[in-house]
Amino acid sequence: MDGLAHQIVAGIATGGIYASVALAIVMIYQATHHVNFAQGEMATLSTFIAWSMIQAGMPYWVAFFGTIVVSFAIGVVVERILIRPVANAPVLTMVGVFIGLLLIIGNATGWIFGYTTKVFPSPFASDRPLFGGLVSAHELGSTLVTLAVLTLVWAFFRFTRLGLAMRAAAYNPRSARLVGIRVGWMLALGWGMAAAIGAVAGMMVAPVVFLDPTMMLGILLYAFAGALMGGIDNPAGAVLGGFSVGVLENLAGAYVVGTELKLTVALAIIIGVLVVRPSGLFGRVVLSRV
Amino acid sequence: MSASKGLNPEAAIGPIAAPVATPAWQRGLYLLIGLCLAIAPLFLLESFHLFQLTMAVIMALAVLGLNIVCGYNGQISLGHGAFFAVGAYATAILMSHFDWSFWATLPVSAVVCGIIGYGIGFPALRLAGHYLALTTFSLAVAVPQILKHKSIEDWTGGVQGLFLVKPDPPAGLPLSPDQWMYVVTLIVAGVCFLLAWNLIRSRIGRALIATRDNPTAAEAMGMNIASLKTRAFAVSAMITGIAGSLSAVAIEFVAPDSFSIFVSITLFVGMVVGGVASILGSLFGGLFVLFVPNIAEAISKAAPGVIYGVILILFLFLLPGGFAGLIRSIGHRLRSRS
Amino acid sequence: MTTSRRILLAGSAALLAAPRLVRAEESPGVTATELRIGTTYALSGPASAYSLIPKCVTAMVKRLNEEGGIAGRKINFLVYDDAYSPPRTLEQTRRLVEQDKVAFLFNNLGTPTNSAIHRYVNQRKVPHLFLATGADKWAEPKQYPWTIGWQPSYRTEAQIYAKHILEQKPEAKIGLLYQNDDFGKDYVNGVKDVLGPRFDAMVKTASHEATDATVDSQLVSLQAAGCDALVCGIIPRFASQAIRRVFDLNWKPMMFMSNVSVSGSVVIEPAGKEKAIGLITSDYRKDQSDPSWADDPGMKEWRDFMARYIPDGELGDNNYTYAYGVGLTLFQVLRQCGNDFSRGNVMKQATSLQPMALPTLLPGIMVSTSPDNYRPIRHMQLQRWDGRGWVRFGKVIEGAEV
Repeated sequence: MDGLAHQIVAGIATGGIYASVALAIVMIYQATHHVNFAQGEMATLSTFIAWSMIQAGMPYWVAFFGTIVVSFAIGVVVERILIRPVANAPVLTMVGVFIGLLLIIGNATGWIFGYTTKVFPSPFASDRPLFGGLVSAHELGSTLVTLAVLTLVWAFFRFTRLGLAMRAAAYNPRSARLVGIRVGWMLALGWGMAAAIGAVAGMMVAPVVFLDPTMMLGILLYAFAGALMGGIDNPAGAVLGGFSVGVLENLAGAYVVGTELKLTVALAIIIGVLVVRPSGLFGRVVLSRV
Repeated sequence: MSASKGLNPEAAIGPIAAPVATPAWQRGLYLLIGLCLAIAPLFLLESFHLFQLTMAVIMALAVLGLNIVCGYNGQISLGHGAFFAVGAYATAILMSHFDWSFWATLPVSAVVCGIIGYGIGFPALRLAGHYLALTTFSLAVAVPQILKHKSIEDWTGGVQGLFLVKPDPPAGLPLSPDQWMYVVTLIVAGVCFLLAWNLIRSRIGRALIATRDNPTAAEAMGMNIASLKTRAFAVSAMITGIAGSLSAVAIEFVAPDSFSIFVSITLFVGMVVGGVASILGSLFGGLFVLFVPNIAEAISKAAPGVIYGVILILFLFLLPGGFAGLIRSIGHRLRSRS
Repeated sequence: MTTSRRILLAGSAALLAAPRLVRAEESPGVTATELRIGTTYALSGPASAYSLIPKCVTAMVKRLNEEGGIAGRKINFLVYDDAYSPPRTLEQTRRLVEQDKVAFLFNNLGTPTNSAIHRYVNQRKVPHLFLATGADKWAEPKQYPWTIGWQPSYRTEAQIYAKHILEQKPEAKIGLLYQNDDFGKDYVNGVKDVLGPRFDAMVKTASHEATDATVDSQLVSLQAAGCDALVCGIIPRFASQAIRRVFDLNWKPMMFMSNVSVSGSVVIEPAGKEKAIGLITSDYRKDQSDPSWADDPGMKEWRDFMARYIPDGELGDNNYTYAYGVGLTLFQVLRQCGNDFSRGNVMKQATSLQPMALPTLLPGIMVSTSPDNYRPIRHMQLQRWDGRGWVRFGKVIEGAEV
């Protein structure tokens, strides 16, 4: 029984990683109605930028906020330069551009920063492991950061005019334009914010999994699954979805089929859930009028 | 194709007329030119380039499969690499464990992939857009894991994979194994392309497109959307599976690492650059995904992946409709001039 | 008909002109001034970390050419990208052999990728030298006389660990954490070789995928199963995680780590130097971050080379020391070839290397081959992390004896 509790706690810790990336995915979906496949690679790049700043001698929090600003700028630039020209192209073409972006950023990161595993410091460093060593202070702290970001994002979309305008621009660009919202800039802002949230996620994940150019490759799939399971338009749902994917995965690996098929089973369960609830556990069911 | 086509009962049910009627002699001429173009490399290229071209045709066939479900039927799939893998393994297992001939494995591979595709079609009925993308993507992630699982290791060879041998050229034909492989690929791919062409131009093809463009209207017209969508998945998986079978014999080796998630991504890229919902475009897509990485590498050895990504994005900037989009617009211009 | 006559004419003309030249003309990839060698590597995609190896070999070739080359010939080293995908490996290898007409292949990366070309190169009788993979299958001189590996196999390494466990803790319960691919499975096979029928009773296994975020769940399972020895066949990122997590869990198994993941600066330091105390591995290379090699002449030679030819290289990355060792082995083969770079002679020289020490290998570890010994490096030595560096213990172990 002890083993079960340990698996669950370890699952929650890993789930925190998925949750933070899932949040970034939902964020960009809210602001642009696209799922960016290069999200993970962009987050890795941001984390490397933060790492370089820290290597250059900056204090952690300066680098942290500096990276958020830089990542925001990168997001905006990517939207303006790469996404804008195909804004009117078919969706599948857009996915093609995302794949191109994934190839470029993914391959450039290793080329620029090298391939060896790097240590990324944690702001919550403490040598005393918690829960019998299953959870580090960092994992607890980063979960808090994820929740804080979640609250901020929710408040932004719920209470600010800009947030409302961004949602409107993504939901119905034509009507939004008619009421005077600058749709193009709203999309660019959305990309910037998503990149910034991705950067936070990357900086929170890196101390746990260690930083290298492929850090996010696997995480992105789990995060994607978590986001969809929670409902792609619901940030809180995405966070919950991320945590449940983490726990589910561990339980499947430890008790159901063994570790060799852990990923397969976890995905099958998620798809099962989606078949029953096609909009995710907490997603809004969208009815289209004919 | 615009939505109005799907709504037009004449077009959906009546006899099929090509958008602008091409005279029979002209179609025959195109076919002849195509045939010559396909056969010429046999005599012009030495074996290495012929091998590359064989691989490109195989990729084109796989892209065609994806195009049926994704392009014509509008169901996004990021996991067609899974069917490619299953087809390759079906052929490899039958050839290396049971000494079947290559030709005999093709129907089996097609049926197995068809059944799996049909199975995936069911959750796909409930899921759309990103949710379907995740489902198919998961399939592509899961398949290599399943292939190396210990319970079927005796069949699949586990992580070490399986070896097989190219079909020998029939006695009496003065062809090298590479040349014969090209001929085999041409025959199989040619038949599949022809069948796909007919399917798309048939009543079912129109129905597939109608379902994509306006499902509600299509349903109101009496089309059985569920059955259409699942069957589209099955046919699509079949074609991609056959391409997988061909690749297994052309490479003479299968291993889980040959079917990573990047195969699915490659097929998707092939479809987008070739042109969504275009049969000729699939062919171009196959050539693109095989040859452009080599061009990228020739430009920069330091980071060929970056160059490939840049080429891909630039291509899509210039031709958002892919290669087929370019052909269509040229065709329009020629027609409007005459 | 015409081509063969033309070749014949050219051949006889050359025969009259300069008998020495003819031999060179006969062998592919060899001219009077150039020797062409090729390889395939992952230069793009997730495995591109290994692209540093051909980068280093290319720099070594540059140095060699500046010093005058081999037998008056400059070496032209061609590297093609296969993105670690077996079908592309075959394509690129065929390009090298059929289009670029290289003399031979050297140090191609990966197990599945080399498997895809194994038969092709042997049918064509192209030397396939010193592969960058630790699989066990490259030493089959009877069936595949043209393929030869270089480093000790992972399987041998795992056998050494299992033997050591049986000596020290005969009643141990062994946890086996491995990556679910050919690399990781070799560790399972190696332990199985030694334990035989006792494997199921003594060992609990847990695998992970290269794409997993963490290996926490696996470690928790192994600890809960009561394991008091832990063998890890995992890559560096997961190795750092495992070392740290095992320490945090206050679990104190006798822990063995694959020698792929034992670099002091890349693996141990990220996890925490003190957390790795007692960790055991068995290696054949010197760890460049180990202070005890600071004044070692061999490592100094390597550092000087790096400073001159790859000044921007990360010195902590042990792909560079690996590449330096395997590159020097190649140069030795070329020197032994004299003036005959035909494929037959290259293979003959590659399989008749007298025992030779290399600057980046541990003292006592020799590279040697013979026509029926296709395992250039068979020796390894156990070593333990003491908090600052690796301390070797026990004698140098020869793989074949295990």
